Amino acid sequence: MTQHRDGELINRTGVGAAPELAEQMIAGPGEFPPSSEGSAQALAEVRVTYAQQTEIFEGAKAAAGDGASQSALIEPGRSVLLMDKLGERLAFEHAGARLYEALVSKHRAYGDFAGGPGAEDLMQILGEEYEHAAMLEHAIAELGGDPTALTPSANLATNVSAGLPQVLTDPRTNLLQCLEAIVVAELADNECWTVLNALAREAGHEELAATCQQAIAHERDHLRKVRRWIAAGHGRSAEGENRSQSPDTSERDATEEEFTFSKDSPVDREGYVISDEEARETGATQSRATQSGATQSGSEPQARKGKRSKG
Amino acid sequence: MHPATLSKLQNSATSSEAAARSAPFEKVEYPVAINLLRDTGIVLDQQHFTWRELVQTPYCKLTDDAFTRVRVILMNGIESEALRFGHACARMNGPLQGALAQVRRVEQHQQTLVNWLNPADQNPLETTIGFEQVAIEVTASVAEKEPDAYLAQVYRFGLLEDFDHLYRYSALMDRIFGKDANTLVQSYSDIVPGRPTAVEHRHPLDDLRRIYHRRRADPLTKLHAYTLMAGEHQTHDYYMTIGPMFADPVARQLYAEIASIEEQHVTQYESIIDPNETWLEKWLLHEANEVYNYWSCLESETNPRIRAIWERFLEYELGHVRFVAELFEETERRDAAEVLPARLPEPIRYESHREFVRETLRRELRLSAAGTKFVDRDEESTMTRAYRDQMNAEGSPSETVAAGYVWHPGGELSDPATRLDRSGRKGRRRAA
Repeated sequence: MTQHRDGELINRTGVGAAPELAEQMIAGPGEFPPSSEGSAQALAEVRVTYAQQTEIFEGAKAAAGDGASQSALIEPGRSVLLMDKLGERLAFEHAGARLYEALVSKHRAYGDFAGGPGAEDLMQILGEEYEHAAMLEHAIAELGGDPTALTPSANLATNVSAGLPQVLTDPRTNLLQCLEAIVVAELADNECWTVLNALAREAGHEELAATCQQAIAHERDHLRKVRRWIAAGHGRSAEGENRSQSPDTSERDATEEEFTFSKDSPVDREGYVISDEEARETGATQSRATQSGATQSGSEPQARKGKRSKG
Repeated sequence: MHPATLSKLQNSATSSEAAARSAPFEKVEYPVAINLLRDTGIVLDQQHFTWRELVQTPYCKLTDDAFTRVRVILMNGIESEALRFGHACARMNGPLQGALAQVRRVEQHQQTLVNWLNPADQNPLETTIGFEQVAIEVTASVAEKEPDAYLAQVYRFGLLEDFDHLYRYSALMDRIFGKDANTLVQSYSDIVPGRPTAVEHRHPLDDLRRIYHRRRADPLTKLHAYTLMAGEHQTHDYYMTIGPMFADPVARQLYAEIASIEEQHVTQYESIIDPNETWLEKWLLHEANEVYNYWSCLESETNPRIRAIWERFLEYELGHVRFVAELFEETERRDAAEVLPARLPEPIRYESHREFVRETLRRELRLSAAGTKFVDRDEESTMTRAYRDQMNAEGSPSETVAAGYVWHPGGELSDPATRLDRSGRKGRRRAA
């Protein structure tokens, strides 16, 4: 039977916590078999059936980026996908700002830890999230859209990240746990700003693309910092080196993590870094340094985040 | 049974969906005015479902009209009340248990189908916004049309309180999730303070109201009372279910506080219904009210696929009325016409009642209740004051969540004045 050991709390979730009960549990299915044959694949079949038979109504078309359903949001002739993704970023930045506000509260509650963020560090990131949101509102309005509309991608993105505020606002989670949650948001931010930058550039909105580049630089900085704080919380450096490194060294090391690449790394058509093997398969020959239009002087970081290289 | 709809209703829901999709929606009047005493609807033993039918394509959060969500949420509440009443009745009336079980099974499936129309990308807080929009716009429609002046006051009184809840939950949504509640209410309902939730807390004895008289009350009065009691009860139960799902302590407190008000509202609305109605009389009125509500939905629905569902369930409910009316006449040896009107009154208006609500807000903000009377807040009972002071002694969640909150298109953060500055202070400081 499960019980407290010497007054300490034990984790009761595994079978090891109650071996005798677990033994009985394991014996149960031997005597009482399933009522129907098959596997988890049975669920997949129902999902496929629903997907195929469900009415393709206006919302589903909208979620798939269908242009017609977006007509109420933007003027004809504008880039529907760009507008959808601008809306997504705006929703995410608003949500992100609220996450950082919650993180500031968490910092107030738990205080600093060695190598962790100070209040001013968090406030700086929060300020940049506000700036990004304001910039996006302006950009959407400039392009003839409605910045208050919830676009399909915005709806999707907020559902994807729905667990984050649950972690950030839970009084039982500590600062480090919240940083581990917020790194998910920062990774998404880095990915999605890159996409937005590419879309803006393709649509010929150079000014918007330049602004995106600035936001990308901010987001890279956020990601680098959050990774460093998490590493410090774990008692390691960002690259597994010991935590006695000077802050300057940690910062430099964090920029050279395995999830970043050099200027010579091959890239695909969208500007994502790919492995040498992928480059050979796709015939891509460009490197980051030579890809035209991808670099904004003064704002491009040392390395570009992208697909993890195996090469 | 209306011949014009018979063939369509005999098809499966999937077929109905396909039929509805094939033609663009045109608002048409129901072919013949409904006669509660004569229409047979679909007889009970022909009311069937499959699991696939119960789980249909939900409405769309982005492209359907807000009132489609409002109708779905209310009808879930109406069916929930059908089950609640049916079980209570069964516990007190052994001979009715078989009949109740048969009708209740169908109504449980109706509730499932309706409630499952809420989409999965609409989270519990977003659905909460929908619940409060129901409480505002449906209550306003009821208050405007209620023939009994005292009961109209009861409804206006409740309206201003639910109106405030929309504001508080909108602040919560904005301040935790960075989302604008207006993406859900679609500019039909104002997002401003009503009677502050913090002062809505009253002693239980000040939540009771005078009853309508079962023999003298207008049929519409009964339908209104049954409708709002159902809606508020479901709202209470919903908040009690989802409140603990939130991590934020302010969110958990706010749901606790507003759920408590919903309990007060259920107390208020059920107290206006004449307790001298017999069990069968109440059952018959429940079924008539379900007809009235499905018909109201049918009259206003803009989504053709969901309109077909209202149409089908209207026919089911007419079948229930017929079934219960026969039981009533056989058991109580009196005519169902003593309880039911032949013709339904005007439907609930699913539309914005902005001006009505604002005018009520201007005139009746300071209203409170002492016993069954409505009084100025200065004349509240000592019991209510003591109770409120006790509940608010450690702070008011509804005041905390909306401290200085002013709704702004796109959300509060679109207003630079509301952002934290580098020192961690907010720019705005506004008292309610």
